[in-house]
Amino acid sequence: MTLHKQEIIKALLDILPGEAVLFEEEDLHPYECDGLSAYRRLPMVVALPGTVEQVQQVLAFCSRNDVAVVARGAGTGLSGGALPHEEGVLLSLAKFNDILDVDAGARVARVQPGVRNLAISQAVDALGLYYAPDPSSQIACTIGGNVAENSGGVHCLKYGLTVHNIQQLKIVTIEGELLTIGNSGLDSAGYDLLALMTGSEGMLGVIVEVTVKLLPKPERAQVVLAAFDDVVKAGAAVGNIIAEGIIPAGLEMMDKLAIKAAEDFVHAGYPTDAEAILLCELDGTNKEVSEQILRVREILQESGASEIRTAKNEQERLIFWKGRKAAFPAVGRISPDYYCMDGTIPRKRLPEVLKNIADLSKKYDLPVANVFHAGDGNLHPLILYDANKPGELERTEEFGGKILELCVAVGGTITGEHGVGIEKINQMCVQFESAELTQFHAVKHAFDSKGLLNPGKAVPTLHRCAEFGAMHIHHGEMPFPDLERF
Amino acid sequence: MSENDISADLRQQVEQALSSGTAQNICAGNTKQFYGRTNAGDTLDVSQHRGIINYEPTELVITARAGTPLREIEQVLTEESQMLAFEPPAFGSTATLGGTIACNFSGPRRAFSGSARDFVLGCTLINGKAELLHFGGEVMKNVAGYDVSRLMCGAMGTLGVILEVSVKVLPKPETELTLVQQRGVADSLAKVHSLARQPLPVSATSFNDNALHIRLSGTDGAVHAARKLIGGDELPAGDDYWQQLKEHELEEFDTDANLWRLSLVSNAPVLNLLGSTLYEWNGAQRWLMTSENSEVIREEVSRQGGHAVCFRQRTDIQQVFHPLDSGLLKIHRQLKKAFDPDAIFNPGRMYAEI
Repeated sequence: MTLHKQEIIKALLDILPGEAVLFEEEDLHPYECDGLSAYRRLPMVVALPGTVEQVQQVLAFCSRNDVAVVARGAGTGLSGGALPHEEGVLLSLAKFNDILDVDAGARVARVQPGVRNLAISQAVDALGLYYAPDPSSQIACTIGGNVAENSGGVHCLKYGLTVHNIQQLKIVTIEGELLTIGNSGLDSAGYDLLALMTGSEGMLGVIVEVTVKLLPKPERAQVVLAAFDDVVKAGAAVGNIIAEGIIPAGLEMMDKLAIKAAEDFVHAGYPTDAEAILLCELDGTNKEVSEQILRVREILQESGASEIRTAKNEQERLIFWKGRKAAFPAVGRISPDYYCMDGTIPRKRLPEVLKNIADLSKKYDLPVANVFHAGDGNLHPLILYDANKPGELERTEEFGGKILELCVAVGGTITGEHGVGIEKINQMCVQFESAELTQFHAVKHAFDSKGLLNPGKAVPTLHRCAEFGAMHIHHGEMPFPDLERF
Repeated sequence: MSENDISADLRQQVEQALSSGTAQNICAGNTKQFYGRTNAGDTLDVSQHRGIINYEPTELVITARAGTPLREIEQVLTEESQMLAFEPPAFGSTATLGGTIACNFSGPRRAFSGSARDFVLGCTLINGKAELLHFGGEVMKNVAGYDVSRLMCGAMGTLGVILEVSVKVLPKPETELTLVQQRGVADSLAKVHSLARQPLPVSATSFNDNALHIRLSGTDGAVHAARKLIGGDELPAGDDYWQQLKEHELEEFDTDANLWRLSLVSNAPVLNLLGSTLYEWNGAQRWLMTSENSEVIREEVSRQGGHAVCFRQRTDIQQVFHPLDSGLLKIHRQLKKAFDPDAIFNPGRMYAEI
């Protein structure tokens, strides 16, 4: 039998102190969406446990009574993964914000899930160490969310994603059982549940502790900026650098509209007449960086760069990066709203993908700025739109969907680092066959047989895919995209 | 369809196995039969499902069928000055990519570059319903769906038959050299940890009671600067110490005792166990040659938060892999059921329960 809201609140108040249970509408509003604000929904109730035991009790209660649970960190996710369930508990891990232990010798830190990404690197800075994955939201996003999404950043090509930089997790299952996944060493007995949990979008368990690996800070980092009069040449330059056996710490590309927006915003000194710029960061020992900078400059020259600049000092390096890191808000200044896509493609397909995006941009009459983690093929087209214009969000979403389908068609994927969440649930039907989706559901069932953790996210039902496919063919436009279809 | 693509035959065999309820013992190069528990069943031979399907040096990715010999892959990569950065041991000339991934075998570079699972980008497999499934892909970043590709790494074939694997590859370092210092174990442990705190181009370490080996890989200048800083005798060029270490061909491995692989936090102290130990990965992987009984070993390793595998057994050891606690074992059973509901793939090869 389904419990009423009052019964659920009462049960939560038996587990948690009064201030840790929110149910008045005004208190629920801050939780209505994550970084994908186009989707909003109020949860029935918000629970803010402060101990692992409380998390266990809340989940055990929800499991016994078939109450849905959506876990939430800082709410910076871009795919609606933390969008609340209207008849469920929104489980905020915000109170879990302590760094529990740093072992400088083993180069690991044991932290609670609500610790911010950047706070880890700041805490170990004096030891000469840092945590490598650096999603652009690193000031605000939490490590628990990073694990749930397998977050990347601009240094993935050399240093990997979250999955490569964590060693152990403690999770609570929907039944309230506390499990330790991974080991004190570099691998563990049994299946690689650490990999399975990473990027599982809160569907398999609630993360209550993360042990991250730390790296020694490189002796030196240096960045080269190259301008191109043609995006195809810039794309080829990326391949040429890698073909020479160089793995840059970061290798980023921006197109003309993104360059202009960033330059107007932060005055990084970007060449605004360029069709594309590349930022290539090299790090390592002093010698290594000096040697590689020379080679990279030669390769960029040979690849037809119209201008090549090496940051003269640390200050200039940070200015070069500032423009790139501010690209999203910069685009936000030139358009009332923007919609950020996250496909990944084999790099060699970049020219045709960019051309197709440009064609779609004309068709949908919506401008696009392209920001590209060029080294690892992760493309972030930013579609500029105005949500106040009737129909424009719907047109934007359809355009975005087409971009993702294009990524799949060239051998890529619908999401490189932002996750599926609620946003790309339909495109999962394009990426995967029914048998594969069924296998995903079986994995989910192995952890959460009642389907109570983050229901409706990450993996679509076959029914939904059938409807999406049918609508796709017959109408080309999905009516009422914000309605769930199960 | 290429003559080296026998996926249709393999699917048919799995279908037959399902209808007759016959367990399948998945194998290809037959180089890793020593590893894991023994399992009954008909042989499902993947060795003829072979060949490199796609290799794009500038995309840093290679995709090959599971039965492709590791040697063939390494040769093709070498021609482009690239490598499998997890430096897998082969344990025989017929070793295949599929077997390497199924065992998640990684070599000396592992602590510095990553393991086999870290480099896997995608895979194609046959699940226990005889369905052909694709997960992941050939791109570096991909978070669509659960990471089933990496789940297959080290699953010992108990969740499905791996048909194809895509792995990230890396450029071979420009220069490589090995330094040897005469040190005892405790001293070596302290030394490798002080080096690990600095941004140095170290790509492998190993030590025992007598000597510490440190390999440096990177640009010419970086390697020579580090050599000067670290010091020690340089191994002559062409010395295949690391090759012998990874293939267990060093004299130390020549023993009648059981060979245990201990995985634990790198700065764990020297354990109080009988036998001789060879340390790798800054101390995170320890090869223990001993006749000590397994309970004693496991208790000591568990105390350090690690796990112990009886890698090569000379006496009959039933529990080859470290026992799982009840919560984890439950998840393992359920995952096995999710992928292989009729338990036809390598049943008992890893744990009796799966």
